[in-house]
Amino acid sequence: MGQAIIELEALTKTYEDVKAVNQLTLNIYEGEIFGLLGPNGSGKSTTILMMLGLTEPTSGSVNVCGINSTREPLAVKRRVGYLPDDVGFYDHMTGLENLLFTASLNAISRDEGIFRAKQLLKRVGLADAADKKAGTYSRGMRQRLGLADVLIKNPEIIILDEPTLGIDPEGVRDLLHLIRQLNREEKITVLLSSHHLHQVQQICDRVGLFVNGRLIAVGNTDELAAQLFEGEPVLVKAEVDDISPALIDKLSELPGAVRVEQNTDELSVYCQHDLTTQIAKTIIEHGASLRHISKKDYGLDDIYHRYFEGRETDEEA
Amino acid sequence: MKKPDFKMKKFNFKWFNKWRDKEQKGMSRPSTPFRAIVEKELADYITSWRIIILLAIIGLTCLGSLYTAMMSIRDAVSSDEANEAFDQAFVFLKLFTVTDGTLPSFMTFVGFLGPLLGIALGFDAINSERNKGTLSRMMSQPIPRDFVINAKFTAAIILIAALFLALGLVVAGLGLLMIGIPPTFEEFMRLIFFLLVSIVYVAFWLNLGILFSVRFRQPATSALASIAVWLFFSVFYSMIVNLFARAIAPSTTQNVQELLNYQSLILNLSRLSPNYLFNESTATLLTPSVRNLGPLTMDQIEGAIASPLPLGQSLLLIWPQLTGLIAATMVCFAISYLYFMRQEIRSRS
Repeated sequence: MGQAIIELEALTKTYEDVKAVNQLTLNIYEGEIFGLLGPNGSGKSTTILMMLGLTEPTSGSVNVCGINSTREPLAVKRRVGYLPDDVGFYDHMTGLENLLFTASLNAISRDEGIFRAKQLLKRVGLADAADKKAGTYSRGMRQRLGLADVLIKNPEIIILDEPTLGIDPEGVRDLLHLIRQLNREEKITVLLSSHHLHQVQQICDRVGLFVNGRLIAVGNTDELAAQLFEGEPVLVKAEVDDISPALIDKLSELPGAVRVEQNTDELSVYCQHDLTTQIAKTIIEHGASLRHISKKDYGLDDIYHRYFEGRETDEEA
Repeated sequence: MKKPDFKMKKFNFKWFNKWRDKEQKGMSRPSTPFRAIVEKELADYITSWRIIILLAIIGLTCLGSLYTAMMSIRDAVSSDEANEAFDQAFVFLKLFTVTDGTLPSFMTFVGFLGPLLGIALGFDAINSERNKGTLSRMMSQPIPRDFVINAKFTAAIILIAALFLALGLVVAGLGLLMIGIPPTFEEFMRLIFFLLVSIVYVAFWLNLGILFSVRFRQPATSALASIAVWLFFSVFYSMIVNLFARAIAPSTTQNVQELLNYQSLILNLSRLSPNYLFNESTATLLTPSVRNLGPLTMDQIEGAIASPLPLGQSLLLIWPQLTGLIAATMVCFAISYLYFMRQEIRSRS
């Protein structure tokens, strides 16, 4: 692992009474693809805005490429490309003109700008659409144009806020492939935020999990599971007819079982170690008919389910 | 004869070459971001239907007003034979002020349509960028935040200045062709000052539009708010002041001092409206015979020679009005600037 290129220290941002980001300490290393994973409103975008110096932190510090983002946002913005969530372009200008405008904002000369813009449009697969108005672009095309727009200043880091939102699966695959390629070939550090686990799982070297402004776990998928499910690393699922409360009580009393959840005729037993056979035995001895039983490995799906979806249903109720 | 001619040509050629080289160097030199935004904004303005339609309306009405002025200028000059001696000195300015009643004069048109132009240029300056999601993209580029609002203001001011100077000079030129009386230097300077005051006045409405575009998220809201303010000052404010004046009117038996106080209170109330300030200023600039803007007692005009004021004195007379207009313009801009700098820019919100 290289050097830390983004350093967040005890970063806090308070909006009125709500802590959008709470005591966040995180290092992102040179050359990696880091995924910020979390539901909407968990503080991902706010963290990104603070990295770019677009919002001042209430307390704590952000250093990007060794530069304090709050004090010298321009120096940071020269090195960092940022693709906002649902990026917009000037509809009446062509894709190429939009890129040239960005180039001129970065004080790139016109000739150089045209050269780079054409190269990038080719790279993101928009060479044919370069002279079409940006208003006619599809969502996926706009996102790819956004990527070209971010790259025109030759950034060291690119920050992508929900880059895959609202694109069809094929488009997502292309975009992720492109991001991976940029990371490998140009050695660009990538930070992307998403609430789509599968996509994050596909390309990220490391993932940070955000809930309510707190970073609750960092690492690759395996490390995350280990951190998050400490104490109850195994989940056994069983499909059973005629579930009675007595059966659930019995299952919870098994040594090593932490808790039992019922979902119509499916039982989920969280345990400290593999209890599959004991569970099957208990169910059959109880007289209920066991139709299916399986041990589950944790993927990001489960992480998501446990930390986000559960929370959202709580809020709705 | 031939030699100096040749020299002249050579000089021109050299100068042209120098200029061309400079331009070519300019192409490869990085253009500054501020200039890039101003250029883009200007290009957007002059290609947008909204502005094209407004420009067409303003252009046509100004030509219309020139036509009516032309029709009635003969009467206007000869009807006031008692003042003929000095009126003739300012025939040219009458092109902008007289009317036969069918169409308002150039001065009135500018006072009426100018605010609309200012509002049209400003009302969606910031919020449309925000709604399109282009503002956050622009903010992630290495430019200071105030570049955006300053550049938009600059672009609009350039457009307004170019439009009014061109329009004023076109009307003056056409008038010159038709009536055949060239303006004196003073008349020309009065015309230029009138155009400058118009630009400041339109800039006030432009800044009001920008202020609302920073404040309100929806362009429709900010357009309506700006137009409401404009309607209030151009139609309702004078009515309200009149009502108020009637309510507190002193009885006729009051002494002079009380009556004067009353008059100046009403006048000062009226002057809170930018429209009133603009009308006073332009009337003074274009009609040199206006010698005073407030009430005068018989004592004060006793012994005064009824002659037109020189330009310097006219300017002195409207100095407070000009200061007020410029101050109102700057206050609007300052508030929108502060507001914009403090806002958090998120994508599309």
